[in-house]
Amino acid sequence: MAKLNKLQTATLPDAVLDRRQAVPALIENPGDFLMVAGLAGTAWELSALTHESPSLFGLAGAMGAAPMIGLGIALAQPKRRVLVATGDGELLMNVGALATIALQNPPNLTIICVDNGHYGETGNQESHTGLGVRLDTIAVGCGFPVVHTINTQADMAEGRRLVREGGGLTFILLRVVEGPATHDGKKNLVPHIERDRFRAALLG
Amino acid sequence: MADAITKDTWPDALYDLLRANGVTQFCYVPDAGHRVLIDRSLADPDVHSVPLTTEEEGVAMVAGADLGGQRAVLLMQSSGVGNCINMLSLTQGGRFPLLTLVSMRGEYGEGNPWQFAMGQAVEPVLKAMGAIVLRADHPAEAIEAVTAGIVMAFQSGQQVAVLLTQRLIGAKKF
Repeated sequence: MAKLNKLQTATLPDAVLDRRQAVPALIENPGDFLMVAGLAGTAWELSALTHESPSLFGLAGAMGAAPMIGLGIALAQPKRRVLVATGDGELLMNVGALATIALQNPPNLTIICVDNGHYGETGNQESHTGLGVRLDTIAVGCGFPVVHTINTQADMAEGRRLVREGGGLTFILLRVVEGPATHDGKKNLVPHIERDRFRAALLG
Repeated sequence: MADAITKDTWPDALYDLLRANGVTQFCYVPDAGHRVLIDRSLADPDVHSVPLTTEEEGVAMVAGADLGGQRAVLLMQSSGVGNCINMLSLTQGGRFPLLTLVSMRGEYGEGNPWQFAMGQAVEPVLKAMGAIVLRADHPAEAIEAVTAGIVMAFQSGQQVAVLLTQRLIGAKKF
């Protein structure tokens, strides 16, 4: 049987945080942001966290779209803070977006990658990050001016400060154990309804 | 203005048309067929000029621009259409306005055999994903088609691709 080995360069400690506590603790005040959440776990948990706020555009498809949707919003709304939350699988699918975003360097954009190292929706296969690929290092290489990695509770305070205060274009890698995201089960994300709600709330 | 459109002036006229209609986000994978538009956007302090690593990034960015209240245009070569297919489920399902200008390869007079597969697939692929396809073979048609596409996209919420054909931009021998 073919087996995938962990990269020999994999040096990060095993993840310990539970996303059901860590994501709300990191974001703290979702009302401060225009938000984009990638499929699927992050869309569910931000939908639950914000009580289905119209300031959230959540994806249940178009895998890889979330960071670039965030860039479009951030450039269009320079006076608003924009927060993208996305999983490791989605970010890996369009990882070049980090290079594109860094070149634009919008100071009002924060990207949080909730990295559980697995494809949670498809049978929980290990993702590239679970085998040692480091998205935080990639973000540094792309030129993100602020990159912060959260491995344990001890790293959370600095993450919260960066999210709260915003010190320029920021990438936060939030490493969590595999396991379910908070899902209140109420919402079926319909893309054109998501669009209409978001625009009506922001643009009137 | 319209009667002055020639093979030398249409690219600049196209840029002026997009700007006059409020387009402020220009995203693209560089292509010779879009050189003037790209250079003009880079020289324009009032727009965002956004080079992409792959065209599908631009589809998502166009949606983000709309969510934020701005208008965007995606400039790409015909081969880039293939990179966008699944991402067009975002603009189709979300009923986002999408205006993309596609500089064609793999058709009239093409000299590079690698270009034909995607070049010939551009129209059926775009239509399969719900986009409306307009073609421009001559300089005046480029302005007319983009004028129509602007209304169809930004007023009527359609996905519109304007194909800038090799009759218009010239066939490549390599």
